[in-house]
Amino acid sequence: MNATVNANQHTQHTVVAWLEDKPGVLNRVVGLFRRRNFNIESLTVGHSETPGISRLTFVVNGDDHMVDQAIKQLYKLVNVTKVENITDKPAIKREMALVRVGVDGSTRSDVMQIVDIYRARIVDVSMDSVVVQAVGRQEQIDSLLDLLSNYRILEMVRTGVVAMTRGQAGRNGNGKIKRRAAL
Amino acid sequence: MKLTGAQIVWESMLREQVEVVFGMPGGANLPIYDALSQYPQFHHVLVRHEQGAAHMADGYARVSGKVGVCLVTSGPAATNLVTGLATAMMDSVPMVAITGQVPTSLLGNDAFQETDVTGVTQPVTKHNYLVTDVRELAQVMKEAFHIARTGRPGPVLIDICKDVQNDSTDFVYPEEVKLAGFRPWRGIDEGALEQAATLIEQAQRPLIIAGHGVQMAHATQELRQFAEKAEIPVTMTLLGLGDIPETHPLSLGMCGMHGEAHANLAIQECDLLIAVGMRFDDRVTGKLDEFAPNARIIHLEMDEAEVGKNVQPDVALIADAKESLQALLARVQAKRHQQWLKQISDWRNESEARDILRAEVDELIPPYVMRQLWHTTGGDAIIVTDVGQHQMWEAQYYLHQHPRQLLTSGGLGTMGYALPAAVGAQMAAPDTPVWVVAGDGGFQMTLQEMATVMQENLPIKIVIINNGFLGMVRQWQQLFYGKRYTGTPMFSPDFVQLAAAYGMAGRTVKQKQEVNDALQQAAEHPGPFLLEFQVKEEVNVYPMVAPGAAVGELLRRPTIVQGPSGVNPAW
Ligand SMILES: Cc1ncc(C[n+]2csc(CCOP(=O)(O)OP(=O)(O)O)c2C)c(N)n1
Repeated sequence: MNATVNANQHTQHTVVAWLEDKPGVLNRVVGLFRRRNFNIESLTVGHSETPGISRLTFVVNGDDHMVDQAIKQLYKLVNVTKVENITDKPAIKREMALVRVGVDGSTRSDVMQIVDIYRARIVDVSMDSVVVQAVGRQEQIDSLLDLLSNYRILEMVRTGVVAMTRGQAGRNGNGKIKRRAAL
Repeated sequence: MKLTGAQIVWESMLREQVEVVFGMPGGANLPIYDALSQYPQFHHVLVRHEQGAAHMADGYARVSGKVGVCLVTSGPAATNLVTGLATAMMDSVPMVAITGQVPTSLLGNDAFQETDVTGVTQPVTKHNYLVTDVRELAQVMKEAFHIARTGRPGPVLIDICKDVQNDSTDFVYPEEVKLAGFRPWRGIDEGALEQAATLIEQAQRPLIIAGHGVQMAHATQELRQFAEKAEIPVTMTLLGLGDIPETHPLSLGMCGMHGEAHANLAIQECDLLIAVGMRFDDRVTGKLDEFAPNARIIHLEMDEAEVGKNVQPDVALIADAKESLQALLARVQAKRHQQWLKQISDWRNESEARDILRAEVDELIPPYVMRQLWHTTGGDAIIVTDVGQHQMWEAQYYLHQHPRQLLTSGGLGTMGYALPAAVGAQMAAPDTPVWVVAGDGGFQMTLQEMATVMQENLPIKIVIINNGFLGMVRQWQQLFYGKRYTGTPMFSPDFVQLAAAYGMAGRTVKQKQEVNDALQQAAEHPGPFLLEFQVKEEVNVYPMVAPGAAVGELLRRPTIVQGPSGVNPAW
């Protein structure tokens, strides 16, 4: 990417925030997003490596100004200990989906083939449906869902993105930065 | 030492140097009120409505610089606080509000007088707490006061369940607060400071726009020294009035929607705008895209979230205004900007020629009352204004000299603010004259606090500018809604008789010739005094930047026209 292209081009940002795990804290965060009119695409929250601290990943739609404001406003919440915009950082971003697809004798094997190609798994089978579990990047899940929509999707749930930055890149003997293989 | 939760509340407040508490008792805070009998060190001011308690705590805080405290019960009492909390939040006023809550066993049960107070007040407080365990109470009290006064100040609410007030625990007041997620401000970046100094050095037409942050940081001396050293004119936001004396040669007075033309034109023409402790509110900037189009911008602001929120600065110093002004003062060279000042003074001469006070109007008009009030009080009184036209006229015609001299609801524009806030102000400064300036509309929103004034025996002077309308709204209807006065003409009681019913002295003023005498009488009266000025009804506040217009596009004061019967302004 050309260095002069400014990051304003972004429309989707991934941000990680660490929160004290106390009653009402998530409500403060969500209330802030609503009040400040931030357009949240997805939001996930769960435990982090530190007891008492939860980790929140959210994807926000908007320009750099909007995400900058979202981060600064989040910082002002007393129970938010840290916020990091990882949009431009090398990071692993993953989402999980469970999809119940209606199948019959003629479509079951097609569905299983698609699942195979996407390295997803079938985690439940019944006479007339299968449940597909897929873990991957958002686009992979999108495209899997796209294909599965040719069959009968009976039920679907996505977790929203969770993310973690990659470790420091190592160096080769020749001094070139070597990135660990992307999974 | 084992204490009850109720005692812990008072013990904590002793350690926070609280002296006055504004409030009203009720079922869910009775244990706290009962414990007050053991603490004669506190002065409790009984209010007539909880909104009043919040505004009083606010007025007390704005004048004293200390944290104002109010104490009310659950449910309806707590919801009555909301307007006062929102007012304090918008204007960054340090406050702690304590509310009683139903017992923990009933929480979430829709119990009698239960409201989700932390939920309701979350957007209008800097932080809030629900205390369900007496062992947390001392820590929460300590944190609340710390958060309220540290960094950009604001209101903090503590909702305490009734059983917590009765429960006992060992009381140890924490020495320090450890809040992992609370960072008051970032501090000055050396590179940014260097850049700012260079921009100031290069500027031909620099301008300072100073806000409330200067007063809160006790930085008025620094501002003045900086402005004088680099010879930079200073315009102020409504809440910034008093940052530099308005009689100072470098003062341009207020800018913004009802700012003086020369101040707004200076914003549009300056090549460097140094914004200190202000947040580019829309009432100040007008149309954002056309705000200060020729200027580089330096923003001195402690709340990082305000930097780049509305206006993207070229350089930002993220610190307390005192710290950043001191740093700049040390860096900048003494300079002169004679040409620029001459330009501004030409604009100023032109605006002053249009001043309504130049015209010999026989009628009783509010700007005249405000200017005479300034004369009568020697420019030294604490003035607490309500919201509307009178608020803008006060801002224009009273020449503020000191920080913390003008109290007004700038951010929220809360009608009904003035009288209760004045009670808090007078409690904080018992020896300074405190004057309320209110409209007939706003005064009727909280006039019951006249009873509090009497009960506390406070010598507050009340000026009511009675124009028979919700004046500011009427002005908008006249200018932008084809003069259709829907919902703005207003009946009012005889305010002087009303005051008399409370035992307060008063006087009605209908003639211009009586103004001085009446003001003098009120000033000399030892107790509270109410003055009702029955003014000419349809007078407008000018200049005015129409909503959505650029600040340079002002509706100017109409020129004074020469008529056969002398000079008459076309108002
Ligand atoms: C609580 C509240 N309600 C409504 C308004 C809208 N409002 C702004 S100014 C104004 C008129 C104020 O009239 P008055 O108090 O008589 O003062 P004047 O403008 O005539 O000086 C109104 C209704 C407000 N600011 N606050």
